[in-house]
Amino acid sequence: MPVAAIENIRNFSIVAHIDHGKSTLADRLIQLTGTLAERDMVEQVLDSMDIERERGITIKAQTVRLNYRAKDGKDYILNLIDTPGHVDFAYEVNRSLAAVEGSLLVVDASQGVEAQTLANVYHAIDAGHEIVPVLNKVDLPAAEPEQVKKQIEDVIGIDASDALMISAKTGLGVPDVLEAIVTRLPPPKGDRQATLKALLVDSWYDAYLGVVVLVRIVDGTLKKGQRIRMMGTNAAYEVDRVGVFKPKLTPAEELGPGEIGFLTAAIKEVADTRVGDTITDDRKPVTEMLAGFKPAIPVVFCGLFPVDAAAFEDLRAAMGRLRLNDASFSFEMETSAALGFGFRCGFLGLLHLEIIQERLEREFNLELIATAPSVIYKMSLRDGSQIEIHNPIDMPDVMKILEIQEPWIEATILTPDDYLGSVLKLCQDRRGVQKELTYVGTRAMAKYNLPLNEVVFDFYDRLKSVSKGYASFDYHLTDYKEADLVKMSILVNDEPVDALSMLVHRSRAEQRGRAMVEKLKELIPPHMFQVPIQAAIGGKIIARETVRAMRKDVTAKCYGGDVTRKRKLLDKQKKGKKKMRQYGKVDIPQEAFIAALKVDV
Amino acid sequence: MQNADATFGVYVHWPFCLSKCPYCDFNSHVRHAAIDEPRFLRGFQTEIASTAARAPGRAVASIFLGGGTPSLMQPETVGTILDTIAKHWTVPSDVEVTLEANPTSVEATRFRGYRAAGVNRVSLGVQALDDASLRELGRLHTAQEALDAIAIARKSFDRYSFDLIYARPRQTPQQWESELKRAIGEAAEHLSLYQLTIEPETPFHALHKAGKLVIPDDDTGRALYDLTQEICGNAGLPAYEVSNHARAGAQCRHNLVYWRAHEYAGIGPGAHGRLDIDGRRHAVMTEKRPETWLMRVESLGHGTITDELLTAEERADEFLLMGLRLAEGIDPARYQALSGRPLDPDRIANLTAIGFVECGGDGCLRVTPAGFPVLDAVVADLAA
Repeated sequence: MPVAAIENIRNFSIVAHIDHGKSTLADRLIQLTGTLAERDMVEQVLDSMDIERERGITIKAQTVRLNYRAKDGKDYILNLIDTPGHVDFAYEVNRSLAAVEGSLLVVDASQGVEAQTLANVYHAIDAGHEIVPVLNKVDLPAAEPEQVKKQIEDVIGIDASDALMISAKTGLGVPDVLEAIVTRLPPPKGDRQATLKALLVDSWYDAYLGVVVLVRIVDGTLKKGQRIRMMGTNAAYEVDRVGVFKPKLTPAEELGPGEIGFLTAAIKEVADTRVGDTITDDRKPVTEMLAGFKPAIPVVFCGLFPVDAAAFEDLRAAMGRLRLNDASFSFEMETSAALGFGFRCGFLGLLHLEIIQERLEREFNLELIATAPSVIYKMSLRDGSQIEIHNPIDMPDVMKILEIQEPWIEATILTPDDYLGSVLKLCQDRRGVQKELTYVGTRAMAKYNLPLNEVVFDFYDRLKSVSKGYASFDYHLTDYKEADLVKMSILVNDEPVDALSMLVHRSRAEQRGRAMVEKLKELIPPHMFQVPIQAAIGGKIIARETVRAMRKDVTAKCYGGDVTRKRKLLDKQKKGKKKMRQYGKVDIPQEAFIAALKVDV
Repeated sequence: MQNADATFGVYVHWPFCLSKCPYCDFNSHVRHAAIDEPRFLRGFQTEIASTAARAPGRAVASIFLGGGTPSLMQPETVGTILDTIAKHWTVPSDVEVTLEANPTSVEATRFRGYRAAGVNRVSLGVQALDDASLRELGRLHTAQEALDAIAIARKSFDRYSFDLIYARPRQTPQQWESELKRAIGEAAEHLSLYQLTIEPETPFHALHKAGKLVIPDDDTGRALYDLTQEICGNAGLPAYEVSNHARAGAQCRHNLVYWRAHEYAGIGPGAHGRLDIDGRRHAVMTEKRPETWLMRVESLGHGTITDELLTAEERADEFLLMGLRLAEGIDPARYQALSGRPLDPDRIANLTAIGFVECGGDGCLRVTPAGFPVLDAVVADLAA
């Protein structure tokens, strides 16, 4: 493979909201440049996980190198780094953006700009990118390209007059996209003669190759056999392979400045690599490191427990496997009086939590119970010490606490104005403080300061529900503020259920407690005795419901011909009981946990 | 306390009815063409012989002719079946021989013939004592015919029983009280009183699902059940099983074989058996469809389509779920012997504390009158 001339390289990413057509456009670009044979093409070819294809979202950044002969007759190398579109994966977006010089901003011509698009395009602008606006789905009857162009100019503040008009689905206008990448995006800069300096963009575990490192070469060249040094971790390796993504991993002689590709070396696990690290030549290292980026820090925590206690070791193994590829997910062992052995896990956000849970259940065939999601609270104690807790169980005695602080976010919500009233009410109900409210056409943009702990409880679900799915949402953490928080416990048959206890704002405790006990009353089946369900703060009961004792449960006829059927039924009941959690004498079905935590208040 | 598996019962299934009742999920079939009764009889004879070859030498404590409607059989057919059983096993003179009968006038005229054939107990499917309810239940007889049939049974047999179904649509406790008291006036020693149950794949199930058949809710069902226990108890007919009431010593011995988890053979289409062979318990079931069963018996010598060895846990579960239906309860030691583990003392303690089970002075564990209405939950708890 010939070494690419740097002026013929273009590196870019695509910024878009979920469903606005990012993956479809990537598919078209791959097809149009003949990068993959027709028979190898599948839809959303860059989304390699089933869960990505099913949910229509990208979780891990994916890379592909396209060879393109432009209208000027020259051959270009176009490197696309596909990025996740969801707020939880913002850090993956940032590191991808740092590795390229330009972005395509893809906006659905019938939907307009959404909150996550906004956040990501600002990241791209901050990264110094040239932005090419692309209006997708212009062939749809509901498309309003002129209005959307105006919205891009008003909301984002970039010139959209020469936005490309395309339909990624039909292929309309896609050749213009390739041409625009060449003509409108700048080539990378770099010195081929200088010492190797490369950015570690990402890394993951491949069953055949081991740890694969995605790199962007800034200066110098990277070759097989070269000894490299990771400056952040100060570890040295000999390079086993270098190559590019087509999108399959394809070996290459070397990677030169401006190029994006991969390397493998004798690296044991993904955790040995640090995303954002600078890679240099071990013999004559550069002195200055690249800027790098902030590591992703878990902000949402919950306990994950196997439904079947015997599956604990399987869960541990599965989590280890997942962590191989997702260093942003953390876990440590936890013991619950009610749920037995499990893990306290940290996630980048609620979607991340859901995805990890779903992958554990699907890919590893585990059944899990998740406890109430929690954020990190900072507490100042009377003895002068400071602690951080993310598990209500760890909360010290209230008498010892001087002050509790909780994390706040700034949320940006874009919604059609028909739903604005409901959206604002939702934010107010969640202790939100409005910062800004602007209109662009018939769409409103609201900015709110909100406590994160009000958002981790089903805020997305509620937002989607009150806006019929039209509102979009993005947030970033801002600061910690003092909060009047109390620990609310749920008692079932007078026994506290630790998995359901949570820290909640005093003003919201009664409402949430009432909603939770009402939900539990619906979901806990009648027992042979009546079951009181209570919400309590300390010793004070703030809400109470009772599940009535069952009145009648007896088979009227049971003779010799019925016993096989009844025995099988009993066996099913026994298995069903194993799926319930016993609290004292009460069986609680696992769906009751999830539902109780998702109550609408 | 009974010896484990010491008694043996034989069940014979006649699978035909004149019409199908909409609540019934039993293996019963309606045929418009004439049924070749001699051919079915030969089938029964063959299957009795092959079953006896597998489980030889048993002394038969009880024979039960059920259905379907066995009273559609000619008395001679019944006689030959009983003779065949006696030929292959030992039948003591005090054997109980029960025949299920419908109280239509045609069938009642045969009662003497059945008695002559060796039947010594009848069980009549009366179901209700008013014509409107009988029609709703799809029965072919009237209340008067039922009373007449009971009178004939009383004259023909020393022992008879009849069934009623309660917790019927719109039935109030007052109505049931007067109906039950009339029934007790007609009863001698035994009554079976069943709460109406909506069984899957019956016409009632479809109607119920569509909202066209409304049955009393759990609270009313419970009130009717409680009322039944009170009235029968006062009349000297206490429940010895969930739905069965008898004077002292008048229990249906055949059904006790089931509830005490003893051994029984099932003869005829869709019949179930529990046979102990070489120390292992077999759960045996025959082909349900009468014509197919007949073909199998004629070509293979038996109609068995499943023959499973029960595991220790399965045996113990059957023992528990059948035995706790009886007021006499179970011997926990036998449970432990079958399952290899004792019943959980914590669960027993919890159930005792809420008054649903008690341990008798004889060491038996029994469900209390308060526990019976939620028996299935009690069993599920103990079995878990």
